[in-house]
Amino acid sequence: METEELTNELELVYSKPETLKDVPFHYCPGCSHSVAHRVIMEVVQELGIQEETIGVAPVGCSVFAYHYMNVDMQQAAHGRASAVATGIKRVLPDKYVFSYQGDGDLAAIGTAETIHTVNRGENILMVFINNGIYGMTGGQMAPTSLPGQITSTSPYGRDTADVGFPLKITELVAMLPGALYVSRHAVHTPNAVRKFKKAITKSFEYQKQKRGTCFIEVVSNCPSGWKMTPVDTIKYIEEVMFPSYPLGDIKVPKDENI
Amino acid sequence: MEQKNNNEDVRLMKGNEALAEAAIRAGMDAYFGYPITPQSEILEYFTREIPNRGGVVLQAESEVASINMIYGAAGAGARVMTSSSSPGISLMQEGLSYIASAQLPCLVVNVVRGGPGLGTIQPSQGDYFQSVKGGGHGDYHLIVLAPASVQEMADHVFEGFRLAEKYNNPAMILTDGALGQMMEKVVLPPEGSLPKVEKPWATTGKLKDRKANIITSLFIQPEKMEQINLDLQAKYKALQKEVRFEKIGCDDAEVILVAFGLSARICQKAVDLAREKGIRAGLLRPITLYPFPTDELRRLSEKVDFMLVVEMNAGQMVEDVRLASMGRCPVHFKGRMGGMIPNPEEIFAEIEALHEKQSASFVKEA
Repeated sequence: METEELTNELELVYSKPETLKDVPFHYCPGCSHSVAHRVIMEVVQELGIQEETIGVAPVGCSVFAYHYMNVDMQQAAHGRASAVATGIKRVLPDKYVFSYQGDGDLAAIGTAETIHTVNRGENILMVFINNGIYGMTGGQMAPTSLPGQITSTSPYGRDTADVGFPLKITELVAMLPGALYVSRHAVHTPNAVRKFKKAITKSFEYQKQKRGTCFIEVVSNCPSGWKMTPVDTIKYIEEVMFPSYPLGDIKVPKDENI
Repeated sequence: MEQKNNNEDVRLMKGNEALAEAAIRAGMDAYFGYPITPQSEILEYFTREIPNRGGVVLQAESEVASINMIYGAAGAGARVMTSSSSPGISLMQEGLSYIASAQLPCLVVNVVRGGPGLGTIQPSQGDYFQSVKGGGHGDYHLIVLAPASVQEMADHVFEGFRLAEKYNNPAMILTDGALGQMMEKVVLPPEGSLPKVEKPWATTGKLKDRKANIITSLFIQPEKMEQINLDLQAKYKALQKEVRFEKIGCDDAEVILVAFGLSARICQKAVDLAREKGIRAGLLRPITLYPFPTDELRRLSEKVDFMLVVEMNAGQMVEDVRLASMGRCPVHFKGRMGGMIPNPEEIFAEIEALHEKQSASFVKEA
């Protein structure tokens, strides 16, 4: 039998969603960004909201998110993605708006915008990729770098007496009444990916209800910045990152409390 | 008696409020701003009026947030505006550079106060350089309008939106604390008299029959980035035809005063004083500061004894007047700074002194 005939008889169970452009990702091998991009776009596809979704890309490795995500997108200044998303959502209140930012972008230079966007309860989804390092600029210390973590600007390890402790901004925004749904995830295993996808799906569904901000953190890796193989980064995520950034829901809508 | 047109909507209003009312009438979809003296009335006016008249108004957490909300909303196709005063406008410069590069139309109002630093809340023209030379990083220009009355505070909102949308470029109204705070008669333009324009590039959701729209200022390949710059420069060249200025008594003038905004109004009085004393003075008032009336100034520089540039700063526009005149006539400067406003008498005294000196030098040369 020819290959075509063979595949014709098979059921197609997995393919690239139309919401992802047909171009290869520029991300380093093993980087979480590619998976996170794909999951968000799969959800947009499955919910059938490609025509109604507008994304905001940050400054950082994912600055080119709009090269891959096949939805209308804006590229924001460093740290300002949630302000840009606010501007979009306020004039297009019935569209789905999401921002996508790394830790330096969201939790250092953009801290004020992050806090105030959530505090206003903007009806957007904020995706927060936390790998504890500035990837694009070459592996400098991030607000979320762990105590003792060696980076190019903390060559002797992050000294908390000098530069403070990792900023747990996800817990911080969860305290704000404007936050509707706050959850921390990872994409390092198939199971984690499934849970992340569920959280993204819920977030878009909540957005339709206009009840507040959905904030999803993804504990991520950076093989290049951490100077590890992708496999070693998975181990590092589980053994070193998770104790500081435990996975799970931090805040769920009141009517869904058990 | 003056014929009264009953259809005209004439009111006595503060400059800031006339500007805000005009924005609503110009079909502004959204305003994002942060309080700062002497322009807080603009934000206050919108938070009072917009909930009843439709549209979006949001008090942001900072001017940095405001300008980035403007970026987002302008990119989504809305007619948007923000306002601030000098220190706040400084905070917006990064965002303005992005907006200029991404070629988004919007209107930014700077009700200038005296600086540098926190400065004073009194009026100033100290932000001329920042406004007309770009202000943020990279090679770009804002379209800059300089009202000289409460009437123009209202009219320039329409003109600002119109030009911004015609050229897909940020426009700025460069005014000052005195024009913002003073009350004058204003004829308000009718609501909805500025037509909406099509914005097929806006991020309103990717429709099936088109590619995804992307608003960005990142062009990592130098060849592409240079092309973007060439496009911008071509746009600025095309913009030059939008130059606007007012000439008062320039036809027979031996002395030309050059001033914009509030200082131009004061200069008008100084011109009258000079004429009373037999000095044939005139005034050229740039209405657009970018584009700048370079050609007109060059023509005038060929036929006058000297020019006197009067500004409420240490001498900023005078540099552009000198570039325009290219040494064809002396270009002098008279300025007050830090929130001080020159009075007509001191400007006249300067004209008189320069006129005497110039006449004496002519006698000497002869």
